[in-house]
Amino acid sequence: MELSVFCDILMRMYTQGLLGSNGTDLVGQEPEERLRHFQARIDAEEKIEPNDWMPEAYRRTLIRMISQHAHSEIVGMLPEGNWITRAPTLRRKAALLAKVQDEGGHGLYLYAAAETLGISREEMTEQLLAGKAKYSSIFNYPTLTWADIGAIGWLVDGAAIMNQIPLCRCSYGPYARAMIRICKEESFHQRQGYEIMLTLSRGTSEQRAMAQDALDRWWWPSLMMFGPSDKESQHSDNSLRWKIKRFSNDELRQKFVDATVPQGHHLGLVFPDPDLAYDVTAGHWRFGPIDWAEFRDVLAGNGPCNRQRMQQRRSAHEDGAWVREAAIAYGEKRKGSAAA
Amino acid sequence: MTALPLLDYTLRLADNALILGHRLSEWVGHAPVLEEELALGNMALDLIGEARVLYAYAGNVEGKGRDEDALAYLRDVPEFRNTLLVEQPNGDFALTIVRQLLYAAFSCPFWRELSASRDATLAAIAAKAAKEAAYHLRHSAEWLIRLGDGTAESHRRAQTALDQLWPYSGELFEVDPIEETLVARGIAVDPRSLRCEWDHTVDGCLAQATLDRPTDRWMQTGGRLGRHSEHLGHVLATMQFLQRAYPGATW
Amino acid sequence: MPLWEVFIRPRNGLAHKHAGSIHAADAAMALQAARDVYTRRGEGLSIWVVPSAAITASDPADKEMMFEPTASKIYRHPTFYKVPDDVGNM
Repeated sequence: MELSVFCDILMRMYTQGLLGSNGTDLVGQEPEERLRHFQARIDAEEKIEPNDWMPEAYRRTLIRMISQHAHSEIVGMLPEGNWITRAPTLRRKAALLAKVQDEGGHGLYLYAAAETLGISREEMTEQLLAGKAKYSSIFNYPTLTWADIGAIGWLVDGAAIMNQIPLCRCSYGPYARAMIRICKEESFHQRQGYEIMLTLSRGTSEQRAMAQDALDRWWWPSLMMFGPSDKESQHSDNSLRWKIKRFSNDELRQKFVDATVPQGHHLGLVFPDPDLAYDVTAGHWRFGPIDWAEFRDVLAGNGPCNRQRMQQRRSAHEDGAWVREAAIAYGEKRKGSAAA
Repeated sequence: MTALPLLDYTLRLADNALILGHRLSEWVGHAPVLEEELALGNMALDLIGEARVLYAYAGNVEGKGRDEDALAYLRDVPEFRNTLLVEQPNGDFALTIVRQLLYAAFSCPFWRELSASRDATLAAIAAKAAKEAAYHLRHSAEWLIRLGDGTAESHRRAQTALDQLWPYSGELFEVDPIEETLVARGIAVDPRSLRCEWDHTVDGCLAQATLDRPTDRWMQTGGRLGRHSEHLGHVLATMQFLQRAYPGATW
Repeated sequence: MPLWEVFIRPRNGLAHKHAGSIHAADAAMALQAARDVYTRRGEGLSIWVVPSAAITASDPADKEMMFEPTASKIYRHPTFYKVPDDVGNM
């Protein structure tokens, strides 16, 4: 067999993971020098681009992170999409529709970034619909009132922004660039949500109660968005070392609480946490214990809306199969006649 | 009918844009492919934007202090003046695309002609809407061609959709005394003048899509008079719920 | 559905810049998808769409490519390479 063909085959086996089934094994088999060179590039704040050498674990971690992020944007369209047809004014209707469209677009940018790492949109879609992929647990909660739309914009987008800004400096070029584009477009999302809450808090007693009820239901799930406590998170070490993640879960969660609590007080709302108290010395808002059992349940597929969200995505995908097939068939016919 | 022809006319245009935009927005989370999710949403946003400026103008013309929300959220079915075509349910993707094509093939030349209206506000609104409608037309035409000339199943669905919606196409070209008055004043566009171009556009698209043009038989009518299909009531019940449940509240 | 790379020129005087990628069945739909995804109702833009598989990329700076063929595609990973039939199951 020719050397070039042999190398070709070997490379395909390598990147298809046939030389090792989990990230850590492969790291052990990767040449020391390459790993050192790679780490040096990371330490020098160089961007890693799609055609550069990278440890298999780095590639796997990024595929997981980016595709999860993409899935979150797509699934995230559903709880908010639930209120587009009932938005109470034309301005709110247009703004909500634009926001949800932005989220779809963000999902697209992220799928595109993940595809540069060798996974296809089809595979990622399949993983999501088969329940094999994770997405942000927050979207497994129902939107019960218009105030939920305000709460999501204010809290969920607020939390997402905390996570996203550091990601703009992620070491992987396509992901960093997607995040920069996303952050630019995000700015109005959180403001819109807060503005809805403000309007409700200045409204009728029913509207004020609606706003308080939304905070009661969305506060803790928002805190859980930052992921498990640093002590428990399994993925963090490499992610921080490879500058995929720039801050720890707990750091970001604390930043979020410190920013958000005063905003809630400004609205005249009460946080559903009897332990919430300002620590003057440290300059932080201390908060009560998070119910990680609920987090684990929702992550495992047992939240209020997990099945419903997946069912809706599955239906959209299945119901749309004939459309995609038609487009492909038409494309094939044109190619055929062009070649003739 | 109100005593103001211009008010009625503007409300028709606004209602068409709102109801069609609302229908398209129902696709969020259900589109066959992510790229199309964005395309449908973008068209919906264009239409809702058109509705907003038209309602604002209608409120001005009426001069009774009704704003865009009062007009959109506090009128009942008999007061809506949209054409029956736009209130038809989305159905499958083929039905939505056919509905969009039939409508855009009309609205494209319509807005273009209305940009020459003697009413400066309508002319300005029309100029912007014309650009949007041009894209809606191209998008729906390209899709209809692919559905018609795609697979056997997509062809069947497209033909079914076309047969189902065809009876709603005639209403687009109706003229009533209100329109005649405004056409005479150089404000409105006579829809009959657009028939030729509409036929040409639609026939061209259907030919490429290998679809059969249905025969012109009896046509649905009544939108201008507030005589709608049963669908509009459900659309408004959903759309207007919060305003009706919490009267007087600010959102 | 094939993958297409999208390049956008936002204003006159600037060059086209790579914006990302989309999936579409053919070129006409790819252009529309690119507009809907990457320009969001913007006007006065120039958009290029190119099938990803049609792009040829230069070698990366690092010369020690043990397994890398030269004149590679833009993405080094398997999805974008065609496995020859006679190589069989891997």
